[in-house]
Amino acid sequence: MPKRTDIKKILIIGSGPIVIGQACEFDYSGTQACKALRAEGYEIVLVNSNPATIMTDPEFADKTYIEPLTPEYVEAIIQAERPDALLPTVGGQTALNLAVELSEKGVLDKYGVELIGAQVKAIKVAEDRLLFKEAMWEIGLETPKSGAAYNFNEALEIVKIVGYPAIIRPSFTLGGTGGGIAFNAEEFEDLAQHGLDLSPSHEILIEESVIGWKEFELEVMRDLKDNVVIICSIENFDAMGVHTGDSVTVAPVQTLTDKEYQYMRDAAIKVIRKVGVETGGSNIQFAVNPQNGRLVVIEMNPRVSRSSALASKATGFPIAKIAAKLAVGYTLNEIPNDITKKTPACFEPTIDYVVTKIPKWAFEKFPETDPVLGTQMKSVGEVMAIGRTFKESFMKALRSLETGKKIGSEKLDFERVKERLITPNPDRLTYLRYAFELGYSVEEVQELTRIDRWFLSQLEEIARMGQQLREERIDSITPARLREAKRMGFSDLRLAFQLGATGEEIRQKRKEHGIVPVYKRVDTCAAEFESHTPYLYSTYERECEAAPSQARKIIILGSGPNRIGQGIEFDYCCCHASYALKEEGYETIMVNCNPETVSTDYDTSDRLYFEPLTFEDVMHIVERENPDGVIVQFGGQTPLNLALSLQAAGVPIIGTSPESIDLAEDRKRFGKLLSDLGIPQPPSGTAVSFEEAEVIAERIGYPVLVRPSYVLGGRAMVIAYDSRTLANYMDEAVDVSQDRPILIDKFLEDAFEVDVDTLSDGEDVVIGGIMEHIEEAGIHSGDSSCVLPTYLVKAEHLDTMRHYTRMLAKALNVIGLMNVQYAIKDDIVYVLEVNPRASRTVPFVSKATGVPLAKVAACLMVGRKLAELGLRDELKVDHFFVKSPVFPFMKFPGVDTILGPEMKSTGEVMGVSDNFGQAYAKAQMSAGVMLPRSGTAFISVNQHDKKNVIRIADRLHQLGFKLIASRGTMMVLREQGIPVDRVFKVYEGRPHIVDLIKSGKVDLILNTSLGKDSFYDERAIRRAAMQYHVPCITTLSGGAAVANGIAALQQQKIDVRSLQEYHEALSNGVLERSESGH
Amino acid sequence: MEALLALEDGLTFRGESFGAQEETSGEVVFNTSLTGYQEILTDPSYAGQIVTLTYPLIGNYGVNLQDEESRRPFAEGLIVREIARLSSNWRQEMSLPEYLCRHRLVGISEIDTRALVRHIRNHGAMRAMISTVDLDPESLVRRTQQTPAMVGRDLAKEVTCQKPYGWDEGPLDLFPDDKPADQKPSGSKVAGRLRVVAFDFGIKHNILRLLVDSGCELTVVPATTTADQVLALRPDGIFLSNGPGDPEPVTYAIRTIRELIGKKPIFGICLGHQLLGLALGGRTYKLKFGHRGGNHPVMHLQRRQVEITAQNHGFVVDLASLPEDEIEVTHINLNDQTLEGFRHRHHPLFCVQYHPEASPGPHDSRYLFEDFRSMMLNHKQ
Ligand SMILES: Nc1ncnc2c1ncn2[C@@H]1O[C@H](COP(=O)(O)OP(=O)(O)O)[C@@H](O)[C@H]1O
Ligand SMILES: Nc1ncnc2c1ncn2[C@@H]1O[C@H](COP(=O)(O)OP(=O)(O)O)[C@@H](O)[C@H]1O
Ligand SMILES: [Mg+2]
Ligand SMILES: [Mg+2]
Repeated sequence: MPKRTDIKKILIIGSGPIVIGQACEFDYSGTQACKALRAEGYEIVLVNSNPATIMTDPEFADKTYIEPLTPEYVEAIIQAERPDALLPTVGGQTALNLAVELSEKGVLDKYGVELIGAQVKAIKVAEDRLLFKEAMWEIGLETPKSGAAYNFNEALEIVKIVGYPAIIRPSFTLGGTGGGIAFNAEEFEDLAQHGLDLSPSHEILIEESVIGWKEFELEVMRDLKDNVVIICSIENFDAMGVHTGDSVTVAPVQTLTDKEYQYMRDAAIKVIRKVGVETGGSNIQFAVNPQNGRLVVIEMNPRVSRSSALASKATGFPIAKIAAKLAVGYTLNEIPNDITKKTPACFEPTIDYVVTKIPKWAFEKFPETDPVLGTQMKSVGEVMAIGRTFKESFMKALRSLETGKKIGSEKLDFERVKERLITPNPDRLTYLRYAFELGYSVEEVQELTRIDRWFLSQLEEIARMGQQLREERIDSITPARLREAKRMGFSDLRLAFQLGATGEEIRQKRKEHGIVPVYKRVDTCAAEFESHTPYLYSTYERECEAAPSQARKIIILGSGPNRIGQGIEFDYCCCHASYALKEEGYETIMVNCNPETVSTDYDTSDRLYFEPLTFEDVMHIVERENPDGVIVQFGGQTPLNLALSLQAAGVPIIGTSPESIDLAEDRKRFGKLLSDLGIPQPPSGTAVSFEEAEVIAERIGYPVLVRPSYVLGGRAMVIAYDSRTLANYMDEAVDVSQDRPILIDKFLEDAFEVDVDTLSDGEDVVIGGIMEHIEEAGIHSGDSSCVLPTYLVKAEHLDTMRHYTRMLAKALNVIGLMNVQYAIKDDIVYVLEVNPRASRTVPFVSKATGVPLAKVAACLMVGRKLAELGLRDELKVDHFFVKSPVFPFMKFPGVDTILGPEMKSTGEVMGVSDNFGQAYAKAQMSAGVMLPRSGTAFISVNQHDKKNVIRIADRLHQLGFKLIASRGTMMVLREQGIPVDRVFKVYEGRPHIVDLIKSGKVDLILNTSLGKDSFYDERAIRRAAMQYHVPCITTLSGGAAVANGIAALQQQKIDVRSLQEYHEALSNGVLERSESGH
Repeated sequence: MEALLALEDGLTFRGESFGAQEETSGEVVFNTSLTGYQEILTDPSYAGQIVTLTYPLIGNYGVNLQDEESRRPFAEGLIVREIARLSSNWRQEMSLPEYLCRHRLVGISEIDTRALVRHIRNHGAMRAMISTVDLDPESLVRRTQQTPAMVGRDLAKEVTCQKPYGWDEGPLDLFPDDKPADQKPSGSKVAGRLRVVAFDFGIKHNILRLLVDSGCELTVVPATTTADQVLALRPDGIFLSNGPGDPEPVTYAIRTIRELIGKKPIFGICLGHQLLGLALGGRTYKLKFGHRGGNHPVMHLQRRQVEITAQNHGFVVDLASLPEDEIEVTHINLNDQTLEGFRHRHHPLFCVQYHPEASPGPHDSRYLFEDFRSMMLNHKQ
């Protein structure tokens, strides 16, 4: 069937901010869908609240709305745009849920919008666990025994039937939020209650446990002609009980015979037909009993998913792109396979390599929570690696993780090996190796972990090899042996550790003996047909298919796995660099190992190397490709950390020089530069011991901010008010960064923080954006909301910052992007830090100004000048653009939601309007914080804040809020004549504040930290606020912004406007060359 | 232990032996299925061939006696990237290396199979040898060049059964005692048993099982059985099986088939399809490197639907050579537009080039067995 011509305009809903369970894989799928449908001539209207996405670049849609993903706002967009159809299947759970809501509210009918890709009925059958089970029963497939409960008593009845352990799963939540395994009645009560709370439909499913069974996933596609194909099969290394998003997963399936696999395939086809997903991709999960092969269906996701992104990268088959085409009526056989060109997309990819995905967690950021893995997803990112054997791909994936730990420095607890194997946890892979080194047998480990023996025996082989290598020495090891180890995936650094040598020595020895990797292609067909797409991975084999060209070419190093502090923003920048350089006439080569991203789409760059971002792996690519330049500025800290060693090895790094990068990162030398330039900075020092640290702290005065050098996202950064905290810190921090000192800064209390992103070509400097943080310094810039343009910063300070920024760009001879963080206190502007690279805010500034900063920067790096590109003056904006962070606290029971200098947010959203209040309220709404329009506000602030809270309290009062406060705060407010009632703190009597929160009597909380004495009280308040969805503001500056936001909300205005319109009104001289775009 | 693989055009690969310690020769081909090495090895269509598996990890789930497709392995040898040291599956009875040794089959691992496949893709399927004895590349290449070629060889004769036999086993039930009562596999549809004579040119067990499943009472007969002998069994239908190698030299079967066309309903698979093509006056030719795998898209021309099919053939019937007034093309390969199935416009006869019985491979095309049954029932009336 040809494409439909009765629809012309299609609305696509994105997935919103990056959260655990929904990350940049949906930027990848959304971008593909936009591209594919536009190429077919459809007019695309896109809505997504996340500015850091490629899909929200104005050139990917005809109209791009960065607006809250709520029914009201999307309705307003529908009203303005009148799309013919809505594609809800590329924006994750968010888009699906929103589409269902719009349909149920009658919005789609009202405006005559047709859902394409999945119908409401199908979405419901797939997403409603109970309907799904019924449907499975009807087609003769088994699911675990279960029942649905809508209240706590029903839940108790059901658990009597299914027994313990029982799985609790709330309906319609993301990544298993609120779910878990209850091993006993006590755990059950907690989980059931929590789950009922969290499910939008107040429904939980209580299910028989099949923990320990094998877990599998199939990625299925179907078209309107009922052709169904399986794109990829995935086997989970971790058994059932660990969320697939937290499992090591492997493609293709390894341990099923053809009969068993085909049985599963038949089941998957039956499922997609029964559920009634008419077109597109779906993900179906199965569990298989390892004793007898009994198969049960676990769930189906009727949309593209994290796994489908992985499957696309694993096979070279672009699921989202094809799904979009199917949604407009094409059939699979009508769509060509991009890679072979000659064969159609209607086939099942076959692969001749093994793909391993390993998740990356961030438990170290949430020390109050147990690092235990279960049915709820906790990981914040993942890496994928491709190898010709499982061992090779596994080892490559491991080194892609960038743990930052030196090989051999892990602290392994001999006493707890069994425990660490039994309970799934982020360190289990290390303990598996350790167990084999200690002589555990595959059978013993299997019993403890329930991981399939096949996988275990593979790990055992690796462990054995490691042990044997330890007996050898660098000069005695035979080339054959070295090759064998490399073929198994051992990195040079690991070999160096085993052989007691340096990485460089290993590298030299290998090269002497010609032991270097070759590159093979990912081609969907195991070489049966010729591949036209250089999507490559390294392996130690005989034949190389890299076939590098003689063109002028640039390598762009990506940012590796997503983590808190380094996420989609950097991938965004890498993609932009690639787009821009292509337009400049270069061949672009991307190196990255993150399967979720747009950068690892084979379509993004001319060539894609799906490889770990280590010195060794990057050098091999450089040696093979011989590029004219390598860019390290866009991938966050990951490539930056390689800059010096790459340069030392003769790699042509373009843009700001590695020396300058190093200078900016080296506190001592950088401090000297600042004082030479006469730029103030907080007094500081570096220390390698507690004694040294204490001396410094005494000299500069407490409070001080301490942290290790060379980390991103404020990792392991704390504010120490006294020497005891400092001592504790020194004890723990040492393993974060072994041979780098601790940095100690004077902590500037109550200072404004400002971020500046700037472009420089070595001569001229153009400031891209000056962003004022809503929260004061001390809250990590990534966790603070910020607004462009600034609205409270004095003009003279803006000028000072402009001046400093220019000086710094010149002094560091920046070519490309630079980010400076300033703090303003007592009318002095301090520099907090300089990042001579793309920063987290680059996409935000680009969206606000309409100038793609990263593209410009890439052009500068290859020698273009700002003036040539039409950029002379500081970029302007003529609306308020607010960026707000999104936090994962919900996923980590027990953690405190207080903000600090260590970054905790996973993603961001943007709110735009013509006044600050509305822009802020929209950003908050997009971030999932529903500010109340009226009601009761609870205020409790520390001594220090008492004076300044008055203004805010008064404002809330004016806005019609009833105020309640703790005793101290109450007294201050009453003195000012503000009406306020007293409420008990937790230990003062009942009902206390937490009781009030739980009974829904509080609508807003303003609570600044009183210091550690009242810690318990405060934490209880903040936890309760989170659980009961009461906005809880922990800074005064945040409180003031919230009051502004509420004032705006009271106007009841729903304003929507596309980026294209915003940009048109501006005259920033959009980068001429890039305008035609992608 | 070391082993050497040599191709007739001089290319050699060193690897490790994982099966019998001896030598083997045959035409080297590749199969792109991700699963099913055991079915592939025991498929008699691979007689005369050394199979390269493109999926690099082989042996992971071991070998079980249920998954054999014939009485023994027929492939001449196996080429893989890595052989599993430990295999894991609840049905496994032995490891793949054990199985190879038991059947004196040569296997070579640690080969850059992708390089080999690309070579075959570019230069065509060719003769090869694997040896654990002669490790001298020059000598092994020379000896490879002296082995017989595939074209013109009647391999069906070598793999067919010696005398007729009955078969009454239905499809395998993977989970015999672990299934709710209402979803036991349908089993054979006992009502209206149909007598079917199945020619064994190298028939696979799963074909027999699926024929039983669709209600056939089977007599399997040797390739050389004559038309009179077949008709004497008073069959309701005749089945022509898959089999190895070049169809052209199987002249006796072509003659027999010609005599049977129009007399009884006929269903052919793979070699059976090619023999029908030849019997109807068509031509066959050899593909450069054949179709072997489980992911080939085939268009059902009438329904305009795509089936993902299992394939295993080196020769094809030339679409243009078939008489258009007699033959209707029913299936086309979407990858290269070659003929995948046809039926006769006047006689009860249809056949497919691919393997609806799969094993290994997807089950999309099982309806053909039902079609066969309907054809026989219609013809009976
Ligand atoms: N009945 C069960 N017994 C044991 N583990 C289960 C069961 N159901 C689900 N799980 C585990 O929980 C994870 C999440 O469940 P799933 O239904 O896939 O929800 P989600 O929508 O979060 O992906 C699965 O990946 C699996 O490991
Ligand atoms: N001297 C200081 N006084 C007050 N706050 C500071 C100071 N230095 C850093 N901060 C706060 O800590 C946060 C993280 O510090 P920063 O140097 O930007 O580290 P990162 O490299 O993680 O971005 C900043 O955003 C700022 O809010
Ligand atoms: Mg799931
Ligand atoms: Mg910072």
